[in-house]
Amino acid sequence: MSFLELNKVTKIYPNGTKAVHETSMNVENGEFMVFVGPSGCGKSTLLRMIAGLEDITEGYINLDGILINKVDPSDRDVAMVFQNYALYPHMNVYNNLAYGLKNRGISKEDIEKKVNEAAKLLQISEYLQRKPSMLSGGQRQRVAMGRAIVRSPKIFLFDEPLSNLDAKLRIQMRLEIKKLQQKVGVTSIFVTHDQVEAMTLADRLAVINNGLIEQLGTPIEIYNNPKSMFVAGFIGSPQMNFLEGELKNKTLTSEGFEINNVTSDFNGPVILGIRPEHMSQTDKGLINLSVDLVEQLGSDNLIYGEIKNKKDFCFRCPGSQIIKKGSKLSLNINDNNYYVFDKSNGNRVN
Amino acid sequence: MIRYFSSNFSHLILLIGIFIMIIPVWLIFASSTHTASIINTQGLQFFLGDKFLENYTKVLLYEGGFFKEITALKMFLNSFLMATGVAFLSVISSLMTAYVLVYFRVKYATLLFWIIFITILVPLELRIFPTYSVMSTLNLVNSYWGLIIPISASAIATLFFRQFYKTIPDELLESAKLDGANTWRFFIDFLVPLSKTMIVAMFIFMFVFGYNQYLWPILVTSSEQYWTVVMGLKMMSGSIVNKFAFVIMSMIPPVLIIIVLQKYFIKGIFQDK
Ligand SMILES: Nc1ncnc2c1ncn2[C@@H]1O[C@H](COP(=O)(O)OP(=O)(O)OP(=O)(O)O)[C@@H](O)[C@H]1O
Ligand SMILES: [Mg+2]
Repeated sequence: MSFLELNKVTKIYPNGTKAVHETSMNVENGEFMVFVGPSGCGKSTLLRMIAGLEDITEGYINLDGILINKVDPSDRDVAMVFQNYALYPHMNVYNNLAYGLKNRGISKEDIEKKVNEAAKLLQISEYLQRKPSMLSGGQRQRVAMGRAIVRSPKIFLFDEPLSNLDAKLRIQMRLEIKKLQQKVGVTSIFVTHDQVEAMTLADRLAVINNGLIEQLGTPIEIYNNPKSMFVAGFIGSPQMNFLEGELKNKTLTSEGFEINNVTSDFNGPVILGIRPEHMSQTDKGLINLSVDLVEQLGSDNLIYGEIKNKKDFCFRCPGSQIIKKGSKLSLNINDNNYYVFDKSNGNRVN
Repeated sequence: MIRYFSSNFSHLILLIGIFIMIIPVWLIFASSTHTASIINTQGLQFFLGDKFLENYTKVLLYEGGFFKEITALKMFLNSFLMATGVAFLSVISSLMTAYVLVYFRVKYATLLFWIIFITILVPLELRIFPTYSVMSTLNLVNSYWGLIIPISASAIATLFFRQFYKTIPDELLESAKLDGANTWRFFIDFLVPLSKTMIVAMFIFMFVFGYNQYLWPILVTSSEQYWTVVMGLKMMSGSIVNKFAFVIMSMIPPVLIIIVLQKYFIKGIFQDK
């Protein structure tokens, strides 16, 4: 039995919006699970059902062997970090951290010890007497984390906690969250729509689309083996290139080139997916790209160009390679690293 | 230059306003320090006389009413009890009403709120007879509760608290819940401290409102023991200077309350975080 089990969980809001469809998944003890997906796909709803902030329309949720469908949020022993932190504005940092402990009837000395430990861990010891309004965004973020950690709950829930921070702080906090989670070892679920955040944080990743889990797996599994066009397009940066094509008797025809011996019995219109980083320059390559734009990132160059009817085709090469706008490149796909999707439903067929 | 001028100009208008309001009060105060015969023969006085102590001690020790059961001091006590009672009860009841309306899953909460709000259009004076009959059925005629209870439900205060609660983000409630706060704790630990300034403002408001009541106390009390200051103003017999002195003294409690609590009062009316 897993630590957290979701079984055919469905959420229909009172106004009829179906936000989550029959979702089932297991999260193991100590695991860092990330929900990732576009805006409005139901990530927050799923998280809030686990927290108990939304009723579960159908299905059931088990936490640590207990059915929690009807358990009050205050009795679930979960902690949540909100996007806007939701710190208690009238309490100083110390009391923000201590409040949950007080409600659980913990003795004053123990509270003080725990708060001080958590504050030290998060480097907010100096601010314990300040009100949240006197803290910077990053400090507030830490207090919000501290409030979750100090209670040593069964599970941490994060709802896009980094989206209010500037880019640099975001990367720093991302790292700290990961380190912290490894240190305290509490099972965590982290919601984000940023795929880089998702890839870097997750032990396992759930890619959600339209209230459904499209794919569940480790970040590398999902990157290497996306099951659908949606997942393939969502994970990976820059985005995978998609080309229209036709598959017939294991031969794929697309935008002026052919691939033979495709490992698929599918026949019909398909979409061919190639990641920008899975190609390299050769003399007589498969794909002929006329370069429109070069983005130099330093370590890498992103080359955008046209192949036959397809515009903005992206190719990634080392930053040392100098490529000029207007030049023509000949590219090969490395190690058959391409993906073929059924055009009608987006499912992977190779 | 224009700003300097306009700020001076608005100060000037304010000063004129202050004068218009202060002068009658000053006239009464100055007149209350003379003897009655001076007022009767020469009219209101602009300058202070020398009878301050004499007139004011007389008023304080005055025994009024037909049966001489009431003193000015007792009237102040009655008024204070009534005003504080009204202020306390109405602040507490509207805090809680607003809490229920905003945070509980009440069906038609908005409609209910507007029904409460409509009671503003039906002041006590309009429903004074049914209210009296309720009080008399409850045996509360001639008691402090009878003075206090019928005016202790304030739609205005409910409105203020409701609007304030609606500006509090939902996440606050949600994270409090996850921190183990139940319905009661959320009210006590969050809403009450967060609306502290609003509470003080409403307290002052309702204190003055209760203090100024006239018609209802007259109706619900027949015993002189329950006379309030405002009733005393009308009922008091005696010379004109004593009445003036009493008028001035009757202004002190509300003014005092406002001065003591004004810091919060202003913050509460113009709530800025
Ligand atoms: N209280 C509500 N009542 C009705 N519909 C809602 C409610 N909350 C969310 N929804 C709808 O449910 C769907 C999922 O919303 P949810 O907040 O879970 O999205 P999300 O994945 O968290 O998006 P984001 O990344 O923008 O936060 C959306 O279509 C949204 O409009
Ligand atoms: Mg969300």
